[in-house]
Amino acid sequence: MNRSPYITDSPSVSMIMLKVLLALVPGIIAYTWIYGGGILVSITIATSTALVAEAVLLKVRQRPIKPYLMDMSAVVTAWLLALALPPLAPWWLVVVGTLFAIIVGKQLYGGLGYNPFNPAMVGYAVLLISFPLIMTKWPAPLLLAEHPLSFMQQLNYIFSQVLPNEIKVDAITSATPLDYLKTQLMLKHEVASITQAPIFGQFGAKGGEIVTGAYLLGGLYLIQQRIISWHLPTAFLGALATISLAFYAINPAHYADPLFHLMSGASMLCAFFIITDPISGPTTPRGKLYFAAGVGTLTYLIRVFGGYPDGVAFAVLLMNMCVPLIDAHTQPRVFGHKK
Amino acid sequence: MNAIINFASNLIRGVSSNKDVFKFNGGVHPQDHKAESTTLPIAELAIPEQLVLPLRQHVGYIPKVLVQVGDFVLKGQMLAEPEGTVSAAIHAPTSGTISAISEQIIPHPSGLPDMCITLTPDGKDTWAKLQPLDWRNTDKKLLVDSLRSSGIVGLGGATFPTHIKLLTNGKSNVHTLVINAAECEPYITCDDMLMRERADQVVVGIEIVQHLLGAEKCIIGVEDNKSQAASAMTNACVGKSMQVKVVPTLYPSGDARRLIHLLLDIEIPNDKRSTDVGIQVFNIATVLAIYRYFEFGEPSIKRIVTITGNVAKPQNFEVLFGTPLHSLIAAAGGAKSNTTHFIMGGPMMGFDLPNEQVPITKAANCIIAAAPDLFAPPPPAMPCIRCARCADACPVNLQPQELYWFSKADNFEKARDYNLFDCIECGCCSYVCPSDIPLVQYYRYAKSEIIALDKAKEAADLARERNDFRLARIEREKLERAQKHAERAQAGKAEAKSSEPSSVETTKEKPLENQNAEANTTAPTDKQAAIAAAIARAKAQKLASANAVESPKQKEAPTEVEKTPEVEAAELKAKQDKQALIAAAIERAKAQKLAAVQAGVAPKNVENVSAAVQAEINETDAIREKVKLTTETKKSE
Repeated sequence: MNRSPYITDSPSVSMIMLKVLLALVPGIIAYTWIYGGGILVSITIATSTALVAEAVLLKVRQRPIKPYLMDMSAVVTAWLLALALPPLAPWWLVVVGTLFAIIVGKQLYGGLGYNPFNPAMVGYAVLLISFPLIMTKWPAPLLLAEHPLSFMQQLNYIFSQVLPNEIKVDAITSATPLDYLKTQLMLKHEVASITQAPIFGQFGAKGGEIVTGAYLLGGLYLIQQRIISWHLPTAFLGALATISLAFYAINPAHYADPLFHLMSGASMLCAFFIITDPISGPTTPRGKLYFAAGVGTLTYLIRVFGGYPDGVAFAVLLMNMCVPLIDAHTQPRVFGHKK
Repeated sequence: MNAIINFASNLIRGVSSNKDVFKFNGGVHPQDHKAESTTLPIAELAIPEQLVLPLRQHVGYIPKVLVQVGDFVLKGQMLAEPEGTVSAAIHAPTSGTISAISEQIIPHPSGLPDMCITLTPDGKDTWAKLQPLDWRNTDKKLLVDSLRSSGIVGLGGATFPTHIKLLTNGKSNVHTLVINAAECEPYITCDDMLMRERADQVVVGIEIVQHLLGAEKCIIGVEDNKSQAASAMTNACVGKSMQVKVVPTLYPSGDARRLIHLLLDIEIPNDKRSTDVGIQVFNIATVLAIYRYFEFGEPSIKRIVTITGNVAKPQNFEVLFGTPLHSLIAAAGGAKSNTTHFIMGGPMMGFDLPNEQVPITKAANCIIAAAPDLFAPPPPAMPCIRCARCADACPVNLQPQELYWFSKADNFEKARDYNLFDCIECGCCSYVCPSDIPLVQYYRYAKSEIIALDKAKEAADLARERNDFRLARIEREKLERAQKHAERAQAGKAEAKSSEPSSVETTKEKPLENQNAEANTTAPTDKQAAIAAAIARAKAQKLASANAVESPKQKEAPTEVEKTPEVEAAELKAKQDKQALIAAAIERAKAQKLAAVQAGVAPKNVENVSAAVQAEINETDAIREKVKLTTETKKSE
């Protein structure tokens, strides 16, 4: 019997997924600090929904349940989706999105390793198309809110959509900077004056940019741990910065500066946690560069010229479609083959 | 673009740019476990009660047995002589009696029995008369020829007969000799200990090989986890035309092509051998065997074997070939109680031995006693998550995840397109796989399937050729029958008219006779032409399909074994023969056609053509003539 090698040394799939979750923790802490504990509720709802859906589908598909639940990939999908949704999204929105992500986005394609699309982004896109109003209603950061909600009030709101008597919905929600910028630009305002609004921070959204920074921190940890390769975030952020710089250089009054785009919306989450999903992404080094640059470019185009405030989800899904093509055309040169 | 990527990768990885060593892609750093078996010096293993010598201990043809059961043989006496070029002799490791020539289980991944000579030692260990050779003052060709009967094969594990690598036929373009002393697999230390203890002998061996190849330069590649061995070699090399180069410990730096790249920054093209670019690689233990053969006349009867892993006293032993494994285990203090089985080779590329009775052979560089705590049984494989860690680790720069995908789906053509046959089965991909997929097994499976399919295809092509032949014959016979039928009918008609006057009969008879004569002469030529055309068609078809299928990879031997010049020559000859046959068939067909034209049989219906058409026909004929002439001149050339 020739079954060598007899030794292995690699983190298991579960370990890789656990490290991704660990890398999300700083972002979640910052998120909780900025927007309140509601996100923890969303994450809990998403996680339990994902695990139940995964277990049921595995059972239906007659696959072993335990090893696949233990791989933690469903939890990663759940967390990413929860973090991408508005913090005070009603519970059923989280449930619907997660169910769609796990069942249609993942299990119906064959489960772990077989999904051509990023499951979290599938869930997100479905929600964005189906419930555009809720999906674009973001609560103001606690420090900007007139009446900051307590954790219990947030919990109550998530499950019953009921606010304390004295508070109105409009008082706790506001447009995101990306959304606000878009609508204000349509009203022929200039970028410089628009960004004077209180929702804007140093680089991106007030408060939001701290969360973004925390994602960056977690992402760097993943690179250091060699869970993700540097190619994807670098190319994504590089492309996003390059294209926004180009437009900014042409007309700074109408186009926001590159730093704003890098630090706003889901840029950092996308760069380090979403496009780095290995299953739905390309495998060759060059392919990763093309893929991520494509996502970065599309994100910008959708943000600036498209109908949605942020373009990450659609950009990722569109580029997911190109992965087989990218892989096929970016095969590296094999040792000893002609240059 | 690639340069940027590489630069950035190196930056991230923090690779020090040692200018002396040229890194290859990937590679892994398994724990080396070499310290265990290097505490004790190399010991000699006592002569066992019985020696079992498999005839197949090398790559190539099995040698021809020269002895019979009951024969008394002396130590070093040849028991089987090499047959064909790629073959190696087997010698008696000690004096004694041949007690059996039979099938026995051999140390091979298949675990199947194969022909072996069993020798019962007499305990006296009497040498046959040995003939050392003064290698400095003997003709090189004579030396290499004599090496053919030395039984020496590559002792690094590949077991390729050594004399073939030294066959230069008077003109060697080898300028650099690379001595592979990297010993990159974990646990194995036989070369390490050999260098520590016998550096001086090795150096003479290298001089011999350099002399035979005419290689001015020699680089000895040693991994940096063998500092004692490296310094021993460096000291021994002082004042000689050879140089020790220490390379970073990185599996699989001991793979010949990887080592050449590390030492010389040369990538051997995938369809060439290292000698094509003037480099020859020898394993260090092989060089020592060459030294002992020329210096003392000692044929290949023993080797140094590491016994390590789950044994009481891991050590290196000098073991006679044919010694049963259990003798070696006993010498190492016995295997610990939780030992499950034994592995031959290293943990990255070795294989399970079927039992403890199997003999130590020329390929056995290391025996590892395996236990669950040393080599944990792999957890059940998870699906591939396309993380591409395998691609990062692949020293050949393949995309193992794609190869896995294609192999698993039996999509062999795709697997071949993705250069499956460049895979060296080093195991780096499996080593790093987070999903614990036994990737190398999939590749071994796909390779063997492809080879089997190619063979089946060859057979099918042959059958199709035969069938085409048969169909052509049936068609021809049918035509002939129809013709005969028509003739008979005509003859019948003629007979019916024979009641008319005889003068008319004779005038009528004549053309008929002519016609018959004509038919008789044309029939055989038509037949031959039809056959020739059928052959040509079949051949052309086969060639076309062969060309369509044949990717450059396919031709290369799937194992690490490089294709022998013989096989290559035979293939080339077959190809040439085939082409010659086709050319001949076309030639024949043309000649017959021409003969027919000259005989006035064909072309038909040319009486009433217009001048223009006639001119066209003439033109075509002229071209035909010209083509025929050129092919003829080509042929004569």
